Amino acid sequence: MVEIGHFALVLAFALSLVQAALPFIGARTRQDRLMAVGGPVAITAFAMTALSFLALVAAYVQSDFSVLNVWENSHSAKPLLYKITGTWGNHEGSMLLWVLILTFFGALVAAFGRNLPPVLKADVIAVQGLIGAAFFLFVLSTSNPFVRLVLAPIEGSDLNPVLQDVGLAIHPPLLYLGYVGFSVCFSFAVAALIEGRIDAAWARWVRPWTLAAWIFLTGGIAMGSYWAYYELGWGGFWFWDPVENASFMPWLAGTALLHSAIVMERREALKIWTILLALLAFSLSLLGTFLVRSGVLTSVHAFATDPTRGVFILALLAFFVGGSLSLFAFRAQSLQPGGLFQPISREGALVLNNLFLTTATATVFVGTLYPLALEAVTGEKISVGAPFFNLTFGALMVPLMIAMPFGPLLAWKRGDLAAAGQRLFAAAGGALLAGLVALLFVDGVTAFAAVGFGLAAWLLIGAVTDLVLRAGIGSVAPSVALRRFAGLPRSVFGTALAHFGLGLTALGIVSVTALQAERIVAMKPGDTVDISGYVLTFDRMEPVRGPNYTEDRAYFALATEAGRDLGEVISSKRVYTARQMPTTEAGIATRGFSQVYVSLGDPAANGGTVVRVWHKPLVTLIWLGALVMMAGGTMSLADRRLRIGAPARRKVKAAAGVPAE
Amino acid sequence: MTRKQKRLAVIAGALVFLGGATTLTFYALGQRTSYFYMPSDLSAKPVEPGQRIRLGGLVEKGSIQRGQGTEVAFAVTDQEKTIKVVYNGLLPDLFREEQGVITEGAFDPAGNFVADSVLAKHDETYMPKEVADSLKEKGVWQEKDGG
Repeated sequence: MVEIGHFALVLAFALSLVQAALPFIGARTRQDRLMAVGGPVAITAFAMTALSFLALVAAYVQSDFSVLNVWENSHSAKPLLYKITGTWGNHEGSMLLWVLILTFFGALVAAFGRNLPPVLKADVIAVQGLIGAAFFLFVLSTSNPFVRLVLAPIEGSDLNPVLQDVGLAIHPPLLYLGYVGFSVCFSFAVAALIEGRIDAAWARWVRPWTLAAWIFLTGGIAMGSYWAYYELGWGGFWFWDPVENASFMPWLAGTALLHSAIVMERREALKIWTILLALLAFSLSLLGTFLVRSGVLTSVHAFATDPTRGVFILALLAFFVGGSLSLFAFRAQSLQPGGLFQPISREGALVLNNLFLTTATATVFVGTLYPLALEAVTGEKISVGAPFFNLTFGALMVPLMIAMPFGPLLAWKRGDLAAAGQRLFAAAGGALLAGLVALLFVDGVTAFAAVGFGLAAWLLIGAVTDLVLRAGIGSVAPSVALRRFAGLPRSVFGTALAHFGLGLTALGIVSVTALQAERIVAMKPGDTVDISGYVLTFDRMEPVRGPNYTEDRAYFALATEAGRDLGEVISSKRVYTARQMPTTEAGIATRGFSQVYVSLGDPAANGGTVVRVWHKPLVTLIWLGALVMMAGGTMSLADRRLRIGAPARRKVKAAAGVPAE
Repeated sequence: MTRKQKRLAVIAGALVFLGGATTLTFYALGQRTSYFYMPSDLSAKPVEPGQRIRLGGLVEKGSIQRGQGTEVAFAVTDQEKTIKVVYNGLLPDLFREEQGVITEGAFDPAGNFVADSVLAKHDETYMPKEVADSLKEKGVWQEKDGG
């Protein structure tokens, strides 16, 4: 089975080479038969990669320790779920997942791209094939998961315990679906540059791929953040860790792309800029892959360090980023630029959005890579952490958030800022009220935090305002308003939901940052600690034996100040037997949107145990907001004009790709 | 405004914006970053009390003293010089004697290093990269520490 997997992987590499070459040659020489090769080959390459991946999963499930990768990262006593997810909990396996998803997207283009012009489709598939071939070569030559051990050990050395978790089972596939999803946008952009033609129809074809990748990336980042929050036991939701930034940069660029593609589709403007963003989004994904997989960064995620891999990925990065940007530099001139437009208009607002998002991407980029560059040049070691990002990134987000509710209320071509402002009176009033209430009635709220609460309210009410106005709620009869509401285009709901979701996330972040309470105390059984209106009683400590670990489990009773019992909170210190590695399992009690978070420390001098307790108000909104954003993206994806078959309504001249010569 | 003037206005606006963002970024890089030191670097290049730095090294054997409650004191060494660190909080899971750590904080006027965060990585072979590099330079690196 393992050899079948290995063989299938080699076969997939060979197929990718064919996929990169034949459709491309076909497209240049306008030979339909060569171009038609691309589709079936892309689908077969995906099937082979899937077979290869399943073979590795099977080796993990059977605990086949004659395979080096399985021996290094698995253990026979590990629960079945973590045997399966352990497949991608290591460098080699996760790279296999990466190429699996890449070929998956290639196959999707081949299967669902029927109404694409044949030349464009052939070029897109060829570029996907080229990316695939490069990464297959990387996997086969530096990170082969199918390497056998001559003498099979009896027991494996287990998966890193912090990775033995459901969150980490879902996080990498989601993240990769996002990262790699941008490869399709990249391929479309390269194809457009090769052909030298691009129009509104191109934007309409690219948009669903951008949206899909963005939805997955949003989910992947949120999942990773929640995992770090509960698993690492530090209670933080975002550390501005270089690896987090690596996934955040493509998200920011992707969000910008999502918005600029709307302008291109509706107004035939911002063409060159949209192309550049499409190239950047995937380039940043590749950079992220490089940063994580080469181990150049010190971070909680850098589990693999091997210089040859780093150099190889760096070469791939240089080839794809350098190649695509050079192509852009040479060919962008040949694209027909779109017209200018009024700054106060829907498209003007979207440009503003792009300006802020790309600048924010740049600040994150600088903060992430500056320490590396400085160390390489001067040898000085510095750390750029949260204070840097909070200042620069925060300064960019505040005006963006203030501007956000205006965007959807402005008309295309020529908007009326005063009219939009009038419509936002309710939102402004709500924001002011939220800020004042927070400042006056909630303990511990500073003026700065009050502004944050006001801003979150502004986003939330602003997002709803657009829907209310469009449906005419309050101004027409309820039945008419209801009918209008149901008849609104899905993309309008998508925008409102996504913006509302951002508002929720902002509210969660402001609330936790401003109002979180923390107590660190040494406790013995029977001791209590008060925190934000709750009383936590340390009940007892018990040793427990799990499948592949032993733990000291501490039981706490949570109650309100009035004495109402709210159940038990269990927190523990685990030691994983195979690696003799300790971990902290946080105990979390969710009350509404808020959480009480209990983390165990070391034994204290007085014989008790150090316990760290947090009350995190509205913390779950941070991730719920991301879910709402994903729902918004999905709504937009379901919009009629993006669905398959809709291009039948497109303008005749949109049938691009017909040989112009 | 003519088309050309409008274009110029947009470009000027964008440039002002980008200039502002760049200034802010460089200001933040100057103010909000902290430098990494090993104990012997500090005797060569002392830092003012109150200035935030990151101090890395090995936790000296036998130096960990647990105080009342959550206070902890330990010494960070690079086998040449040793610096006493005081910390109030939860130590990471992998904090042990003779393991690499990075602490972040500032010196108090008495010359103790008051850390507000202590980092050790979640991997049993982990040695913070900065610490490992510096120890290699000094020749006290041992492969078994986790290379």
